Amino acid sequence: MRTKLHDWHLAHGARMVDFGGWDMPVQYETGPREEHLRVREAAGLFDIDHMGRVEVSGADAEAFLQHVQTWDVSRLAPGRAHYSLLLNDSGGVVDDIFIYRRESSWLLVINAANAPKDIAWLAAHAVGFQVYIRDLREETCLAALQGPAAREILQALAPGSDVAGMGFHRVAEHTVAGARVVLCTTGYTGEPGFEILMPARECTRLWEAVLEAGARPSSRTGTPVPRRALPCGLAARDSLRAEVCLPLYGNEMDETTDPLAAGLMRAAVRLEGHDFIGRRALAALALAPLKRILVGFEMTEPGVPRHGYVIAAPAGRKAAGAGAGGAGASGAGAEIGKVTTGLFSPSTGKYLGMGYVKAEHSAVGSEVSIIIRDSHKAARIVERPFYTSPHWR
Amino acid sequence: MDSKVDQGVRYSKTHEWVRVEGGEAVIGISDYAQNKLCDIVFVELTAVGREMKVGAACMVIESVKAAEEVFAPVTGTVTARNEALVKTPELVNSDPFGKGWLVRVKLASPSEVNALMDAAAYTSFIATL
Repeated sequence: MRTKLHDWHLAHGARMVDFGGWDMPVQYETGPREEHLRVREAAGLFDIDHMGRVEVSGADAEAFLQHVQTWDVSRLAPGRAHYSLLLNDSGGVVDDIFIYRRESSWLLVINAANAPKDIAWLAAHAVGFQVYIRDLREETCLAALQGPAAREILQALAPGSDVAGMGFHRVAEHTVAGARVVLCTTGYTGEPGFEILMPARECTRLWEAVLEAGARPSSRTGTPVPRRALPCGLAARDSLRAEVCLPLYGNEMDETTDPLAAGLMRAAVRLEGHDFIGRRALAALALAPLKRILVGFEMTEPGVPRHGYVIAAPAGRKAAGAGAGGAGASGAGAEIGKVTTGLFSPSTGKYLGMGYVKAEHSAVGSEVSIIIRDSHKAARIVERPFYTSPHWR
Repeated sequence: MDSKVDQGVRYSKTHEWVRVEGGEAVIGISDYAQNKLCDIVFVELTAVGREMKVGAACMVIESVKAAEEVFAPVTGTVTARNEALVKTPELVNSDPFGKGWLVRVKLASPSEVNALMDAAAYTSFIATL
């Protein structure tokens, strides 16, 4: 499948890659490192038109959403957005989503590869509710402008609108470069920015307008950083989200992972105030100690951890806190988990990763090893996130 | 993107280059190869004293996207390795024929070098890819 900006990518030197059936730019000629750093220092523009989005409306829309997802959306005011999960009956994650409450409808942004599954799942659970579920993917295009200069860039294209004044996790309609768009102050990079839902027929013009919109050079830094947005591919999108430890569906969670182990309860779940699919399973899981936990780790010996690599107890030593009754199950060199995401982090200069490990190895400071091409490389469990943007006001 | 082809080295079909200096040879990867890989984030070099056999996987170069094997373009014993790549693997991107060299080997059979492509042949070769 192709996004509505596909031709533009090919004409502008993008290297394309298959991502869940979508032919997507993985990088442009600038390369993933420079794209990543530009987002941290100024701004980057991402084609995220592959992501699913549906509009939910009707008299029972709120009651329906309370039933199918984990956040208590009765407490979400119009114009506000929140992260949430769709769970199955056993508490496994069907998808992670963003919900935007508009004046008379709701917008759900869902993962690209999960979109057909999610839409079928939502429709199946809509029986008995007076609700309309509309797939917006044909008529709209979705892009993300992310970075500390994003507000300034978009404001330059929206004279008369207070775009820069929008708070975090809001949704509002504005006129940008002459087109009516829905702006969402959400993103997947850890930087301030916007996700822009625009009319499909205007998308290439708006994409180019954002790239051309000049912002004043930064006076704060010694060397002037270009304050224009750079087009960015999926490689930079992945390293940006990984540095701030935002989970990726299929890596940090799937239908066999529950939000307790993934550490997503606070960010995405309200057990009180509504009953939802998977709630009973979650409440039961919450009573038992966790067997495995998602952690962040830093390589103390150089090496690139990658999705699927084995995490082992440190070679030659017992893990701190491992009980004497372990009977060798978590002894030196034994498998204790799997890497879900790994990378060389451009912002910190470190080799970092996330993964699930047995609970007794999950404390910050625990020594572990990552098995890279049959050799044990030393790593240490560290605090998450790995990086925090200084650009939040 | 146009790739540079160093005129003074010989090339393998798997994009390694060899520069003969006396009985030794310096080994690296071509500009074409580093372009294809893009941002290199880690290089796993063969240890000094280890033997490498022509055609066998002997080192690993990791880009943002993937880990790629480097195949020995000649047979020989490693006498030195480019330790600068431990801290700055991106030298392979910025200067593949110079500061981005990988290892130096003592050639076991110098005639193997003649089987490799010269710059003109390699230029034609990458034009077909």
